[in-house]
Amino acid sequence: MKRIYTRPKVLKKAVFHYCPGCGHPIVHRLIAEVIDDMDLQGNVIGIPPPGCSVFAYNYLDIDMAESAHGRGAAVATGLKRAFPSGIVFTYQGDGDLAAIGTAETIHAANRGERITAFFINNAVYGMTGGQMAPTSLINQTTTTTPYGRDKETEGYPLKISEMLASIPGVVYIERVAVNSPINIRKAKKAIKKAFQAQIDNLGFSLVEILTPCPVNWGMSPIESWQWIDKVMVKEFPLKVIKDRTKQKNAT
Amino acid sequence: MTKVLMDGNRAIGEAAIRAGCQCYFGYPITPQNELTEYMATHLSRKRGCSFVQAESEISAINMVYGASLAGVRVMTSSSSPGISLKQEGISYLAACELPAVIVNMSRGGPGLGSISASQSDYFQATRGGGHGDYRTIVLAPSSVQELADLTHRAFDLSDKYMIPVIILGDGMLGQMMEPIEFRHEAPTELTIRSNALRGASGRPSRIIKTFTSNPRELEEINWSLYRRYSLIKQQETDYDTFMVDNAELIVVAFGMAARIAKGAVKNSRANGLQVGLLRPITLWPFPSEIIQELSQETKQFLVFEMNMGQMLEDVQLSLGDKAEISFYGRPGGVISTPSEITQVISRLYYQKGLKRI
Repeated sequence: MKRIYTRPKVLKKAVFHYCPGCGHPIVHRLIAEVIDDMDLQGNVIGIPPPGCSVFAYNYLDIDMAESAHGRGAAVATGLKRAFPSGIVFTYQGDGDLAAIGTAETIHAANRGERITAFFINNAVYGMTGGQMAPTSLINQTTTTTPYGRDKETEGYPLKISEMLASIPGVVYIERVAVNSPINIRKAKKAIKKAFQAQIDNLGFSLVEILTPCPVNWGMSPIESWQWIDKVMVKEFPLKVIKDRTKQKNAT
Repeated sequence: MTKVLMDGNRAIGEAAIRAGCQCYFGYPITPQNELTEYMATHLSRKRGCSFVQAESEISAINMVYGASLAGVRVMTSSSSPGISLKQEGISYLAACELPAVIVNMSRGGPGLGSISASQSDYFQATRGGGHGDYRTIVLAPSSVQELADLTHRAFDLSDKYMIPVIILGDGMLGQMMEPIEFRHEAPTELTIRSNALRGASGRPSRIIKTFTSNPRELEEINWSLYRRYSLIKQQETDYDTFMVDNAELIVVAFGMAARIAKGAVKNSRANGLQVGLLRPITLWPFPSEIIQELSQETKQFLVFEMNMGQMLEDVQLSLGDKAEISFYGRPGGVISTPSEITQVISRLYYQKGLKRI
């Protein structure tokens, strides 16, 4: 019988520590599948952030080094500059990439660093217990917006992917989600394409991944999947935000 | 070897390249810009090397962390306010046991302070500086020649002990020009550390991390650092002495303050006062043992610093009640002259009724 589904080679035989219904394990698995498919294990280095996914190195059987909060793009810059033939990716949450690490992210993108960012957007700070993220929606209740996010005092959800798309050094940005089989398949394609942009030495690539955080959203896993479709994608539409990978010498 | 006339900042850059530094990441701040510019001119075009003007000091030190992960010799430099921003990254480097060389051409503080030379970052440099229980090796040169020599030594020590090394200079040392010679040629082949993070090819995957949810595991990590720090104390403590034989009074000073004090000691000797100088070269580890040895003969010590009294505390810890300690300091970027220190020495010498020749 033909085997059509198995554990990716670089996904360790470990039990995920994540909460029930969390999106991280799906994204970890997709990254593992793509690393297998593209045969990258021998020269890929991953940079996980402080946050729930700091333990990504317990699940991915690749070289990994923890970054300080928000500094992933700077760490990846140093690593890639010292080891240009390596494939370097960061794995960052919304608070990490779009709040404390905004400067690092924008300037790495602006230098056209040949690195790839996987940007996990779940509209909340997960590990610290559900505080407002830069991507939290208007009226979204979090532990630090107990009356809902008020645009007058907390501002609007930050669309960092759209901001980054205006930068010439950026070659590829796509926003995907992992809340349905079809979206998961699209997410995998985007991850592969982002790595390919780096392999082709084109510039900075980023995949924004909308992921459920049922525990901090106060929802069941099913409700959280539905919330992404019904509410979150209205603010953060799923689409290719920028793609210059077809152009030769993109940057 | 021929001598060249060079300012301190550029001398560090040239010495670093000759030590095999492959990556430099920095952010402009006075009074150390000549070093960043030297690297932009001379390192960026070297094969296999990289220079990045970072968007902040925080980014620069995290780029240093990234390059150190990849196993290359890497350096950053800044001055006091910028060094404060780098402390987060230095703490991670220390925790991950990653080598790196960090130059602080310090200036007056606190706050934005002044751009004049000062020694007010002694506490920050010698007590770790960032969060957590760690130390860095701290080297304090007092001439451009020594700056070049210690830059090379900083890279070697950093690799040997897998520890960040701080070169603590000041704005005057960085800006002044002196004839120097470089004792090393640049390596023809750049080397990669054996434990580098370059992909799990033909070996198991590697993880570099600092976080653990198990305090006992972290306790052992801390103790293992402690054991290494103890070894560094035994093996790498360094100092210089000048005219300490039969000294009634010994001046303790580091860096440029020691340079100024040396002139004062010479003047005082010419005036018949039996004065010597002890100059710590490693501020951490601090040369406590030599101070204790000297206190068997000499009972009066004068600590002179360009701050309000920071190394003073290490001298007090070293001596306890074995000798009497006085202090003279000029904070805020004010630079004393040898004649000023000569007067301070004379006043103290007569006040204490010390023996004259």
